[in-house]
Amino acid sequence: MKKSIILLAAAAAAVVIVAGCTSLPGPAELDAQALAMLKSSFRDEGIATNKRLEQDLGQRACSSEQAPAENVVKQIESEALAAVKWPANGQYLGDWREGEKLAQNGRGMTWTDKSAAPAGNGAMCYNCHQIGKQEVSFGTIGPSLYNYGKIRGVSNPSDPASAAIVQYTWGKLWNSKAYSACSNMPRFGHAGLLDESQLRHLMALLLDPKSPANQ
Amino acid sequence: MRHHRTLLLAGLLLAAGAAQAQKSAADGIAEYRALLADGNPAELFEAKGEDLWKQKRGPKSASLERCDLGKGPGVVKGVFVELPRWFADTQKVQDLESRLLTCMSSLQGFDPKAIADTAFGKGEQVTLEALAAWISGESRGQRMNLPQAHAEEQRMYQLGKRAFYFRGGPMDFSCASCHGEEGKRIRMQDLPILSKNPGDGVGFAAWPAYRVSSGEMWSMQRRLNDCFRQQRFPFPGYASDVTVALGVYMGVNAKGAVSVAPALKR
Repeated sequence: MKKSIILLAAAAAAVVIVAGCTSLPGPAELDAQALAMLKSSFRDEGIATNKRLEQDLGQRACSSEQAPAENVVKQIESEALAAVKWPANGQYLGDWREGEKLAQNGRGMTWTDKSAAPAGNGAMCYNCHQIGKQEVSFGTIGPSLYNYGKIRGVSNPSDPASAAIVQYTWGKLWNSKAYSACSNMPRFGHAGLLDESQLRHLMALLLDPKSPANQ
Repeated sequence: MRHHRTLLLAGLLLAAGAAQAQKSAADGIAEYRALLADGNPAELFEAKGEDLWKQKRGPKSASLERCDLGKGPGVVKGVFVELPRWFADTQKVQDLESRLLTCMSSLQGFDPKAIADTAFGKGEQVTLEALAAWISGESRGQRMNLPQAHAEEQRMYQLGKRAFYFRGGPMDFSCASCHGEEGKRIRMQDLPILSKNPGDGVGFAAWPAYRVSSGEMWSMQRRLNDCFRQQRFPFPGYASDVTVALGVYMGVNAKGAVSVAPALKR
């Protein structure tokens, strides 16, 4: 009897040891370990410091293959929309030619860039979107923006009938997460990547009937 | 006469350019790659790597011929498609390059920290890129088959997965922003999906690679480093845990894919 108890105890101990060797930490512990790993693996280089690893609500919620819960999605989107800064004097459009230059320019914000100021940054639109037909080297991560204004019936951007789409477009450029919590698109205004005047030029590229986007 | 010839040449180039424009840009790029593949300059790096493996080097004046890359001391064939993996002597999961650092330190007496801190394309980093080219080439045509039996290998897969989806930086990018969906591209550059198996000779099964645009041999470490630069992240340490964990994640996902490394890239 005593012998069998000892055997049983030994067997139980063996199970514990084996389990201890082969089992993984739980999901929450792995999350914590992953964060610690990132912090210790990266270092500051030029303008790209380890501060860039500190996530806000949206970045954290959109950091897995699972979409966040519905209430979190709503919170991200409503906070983003509430913080959109609308253009001074209600002037939404600039020069589409400048917008095209910005759309072509994919530079800025890397550790090899000297400054993080908007003046040195491109809008990198063509990396992910088709825009004007004449540019065949465009990416496909985002939807095609060819005929963006035309398709939405914008024949005169300053016409009150166009106001809703004009405002939506500004909001999307300022903070894409206002309309889609886990959008792949950077938050150009919110994150200080582009300034108001650069954003106006992009607005013109998308909405001006004379822009190559709407030909 | 010479003038005429120049004009003729210019005319021919224009005609060729016009014909080229008829084809899609992707066709053109594929054709360009096929032309170049006839003489992949990676071969030069492979030859150099084999030489460096056998040469007596470093403070201890020793070769790397007793280096254990996972299949026993000195075995090179077939090791690449099973890395990163667990190593009992270092008590760590290591990728090809972090393992080479271990061997260069223990066998040859090099300072691994100093090499890890050296810029790509300089000093002993040049040795590493040649070694990685040769060693990967010795598994050319084999299928990716990373071990996942050890708990640490499984843990590193889980950490790699979390790193892959981690959004941060001024542009909110993660690895998944570009490599989480099938059939996407940036400009004309096709992007491999890396959250699952991208297929033979794509993604993890295609690096190291010779880059025609820069004339350089890029290891997986260098590939990851430039990804993070474009992701607008801070600087990943050479052979740091995040790079190894991502290697485990991509390598395990690519199980069964044929390795073409060292490949040829635009």
